[in-house]
Amino acid sequence: MDIHEYQAKDILSGYGIKIAEGGLAYSSEDAVQRAREIGGHVWAVKAQIHSGARGKAGGIKICKTHDEVEAAASFLLGKRLVTHQTGPAGKVCSRLYVEAGTDIVKELYFCFLVDRSSERIVMVGSAQGGMDIEELAVTHPEAITKIYIEPAVGLQDYQAREMAFALGLDTEIMSHAVKTIRGCYQALRALDVSMLEINPLVVTRSGQLVALDAKMGFDDNALFRQLKISELRDKTQEDPREMAAADRGLSYVGLDGDIGCMINGAGLAMATMDMIKLAGGEPANFLDVGGGASAERTEKAFRLVLADKGVKAMLVNIFAGINRCDWIAEGVVQAVRKIDMKVPLIVRLSGTNVEEGQRIIKESGLPIITAETLAEAAEKAVQARNEVVAKEAAGEI
Amino acid sequence: MAIFINENTRIIVQGFTGKIGSFHAQDMINYGSKVVGGVTPGKGGQTHLGLPVFNTVKEAVSEVGAEASIIFVPPAFAADSIMEAADAGIKYCVSITDGIPTQDMMTVKNFLRRFPENERMILTGPNCAGTISPGRSMLGIMPGHIYKQGNVGIVGRSGTLGYEAADQMKRLGIGISSSVGIGGDPINGSSHRDILEHFENDPETKVVLMIGEIGGPQEVEAGFFARDHMTKPVVAYIAGLTAPEGRRMGHAGAIISSAGEGAAEKVAILRELGVHISPTPAAMGETVATVLATL
Repeated sequence: MDIHEYQAKDILSGYGIKIAEGGLAYSSEDAVQRAREIGGHVWAVKAQIHSGARGKAGGIKICKTHDEVEAAASFLLGKRLVTHQTGPAGKVCSRLYVEAGTDIVKELYFCFLVDRSSERIVMVGSAQGGMDIEELAVTHPEAITKIYIEPAVGLQDYQAREMAFALGLDTEIMSHAVKTIRGCYQALRALDVSMLEINPLVVTRSGQLVALDAKMGFDDNALFRQLKISELRDKTQEDPREMAAADRGLSYVGLDGDIGCMINGAGLAMATMDMIKLAGGEPANFLDVGGGASAERTEKAFRLVLADKGVKAMLVNIFAGINRCDWIAEGVVQAVRKIDMKVPLIVRLSGTNVEEGQRIIKESGLPIITAETLAEAAEKAVQARNEVVAKEAAGEI
Repeated sequence: MAIFINENTRIIVQGFTGKIGSFHAQDMINYGSKVVGGVTPGKGGQTHLGLPVFNTVKEAVSEVGAEASIIFVPPAFAADSIMEAADAGIKYCVSITDGIPTQDMMTVKNFLRRFPENERMILTGPNCAGTISPGRSMLGIMPGHIYKQGNVGIVGRSGTLGYEAADQMKRLGIGISSSVGIGGDPINGSSHRDILEHFENDPETKVVLMIGEIGGPQEVEAGFFARDHMTKPVVAYIAGLTAPEGRRMGHAGAIISSAGEGAAEKVAILRELGVHISPTPAAMGETVATVLATL
């Protein structure tokens, strides 16, 4: 789960990390009011969306008058910002963070994340902050310092100092740098953070180390014990279909194709999508119905897949282990009868009680296309989709 | 032979008396697995499914000689149960539980490393379907009847995709020595590489099928191991050719997070390393058959 910059900054300041003075605004009047409260002559008006690279997408405006703050706020609120991290659909900005301008001397990159290969927390930093770190990793890998934290003892001061020196920080702010790095690590451990990125971390003219931006991602598996963090969820930043799926205990990812899928198990789901592609089609979604695919769950899954109006055919591929094919078949038949399905349905069942499942589908009298193998299922789905497209083109639908 | 479990392996179930634990314990008993009891703290001394219940894993080890354990404990308590098993001297543990926090798994891995290698418990999972040595023992939640006994080893992250592979092989008359699920989580007990090593040392296994996914470095690491340390051929299929970048696909593990972790890149590297590639998920059985025919 991701949170907004202002939320991350609020958390980090509680761990001793310095941030610029700022406030949240939901309207342009709010924004001007925040600028008045902050005082000074320069403000940054920042779009709060769950994505990095906001600056490049025009989501951050530097303002020198209250009028400029108002104009920037009106411009940004309600605007859909597209960055390379949001995908082409972009994300709508409905909150702004108004922050005091910072007099920057130096911009640094700093982050903590969980590294899968070493199974440890790794601290990453670069004296060349502000720019795209992914690009830097490719062009100048030597400019990036990585320090691995031993889980048994946690972050040590010498490691924080090593990072501070690698960031090119002066000895005068060394103790503050160590405190900042330690604070980030403490937040990470205490709150089940999976990624904490400060880009840029800046040195100001007055010699302070300030987190000018902050991004935090949390381990979804740990949210049960991080109730305060769970409350920070902003559902407007997430795909509505994925949210609806999550609320129903299903795992759904919307894609750009037109063959709807309902599959049990993430691996089989990905493999089935691969098969569709190899057969010449494009999947409309990833949908893992999980282990206990009851009739009720099956119906919900059908509704979710078919809510995507671009779907031209639907493929169900279930390999029943704990599930039984006859239960799945009954669920499918029930769902099709309840939902007035307009697109062809291809069903492939395998595993426990498969004969019984196939019999139920056959005897239902519904126009369900059945397949025995994975390859056959994908081919039939693509064929059915092509027939629908051809009919549409001929004006028959 | 097979790996990790056989007909003589004495198994306990952690989270024995819960609904899920009971269901699968019964299923394992029906398959013929030698389940000797279970652990549910506070219910020690009771009898469940005709078997003794213990308060601690230590008691289960000393009283019924437990060697292997399967975990159905809820995610908040699963890491603790895994460490308890390791400390009690369990040799092999499968964690079925999914949704264990990443930091808890880091603690578990760190805890396991404290034991000398010859005394260290082997953990597979979490978030997996378990391990089966067909015809001998099942330590998992898979449908046992789809597996035919034979000499191909299977290792994979996904449950149902592993079933698919076993089913394709059965249709072609190919049997399995052991099938091991390593789970879909970012941090897991054993990697693809670890399991390949066990199959390499198992005289009964002739060929290994590795079923991988997008995300993470494990498949490529396993490919290097296969090239440098294995005499047996490895067949691989990598799921997720169509998965868009940066999206999470159900498994926490199935995220494309950095270069070299996409399905196409993994396939290219594995092929280079001499691993036989199944071009599609529908060809896993056939590819194994082709490789078996050359032996």
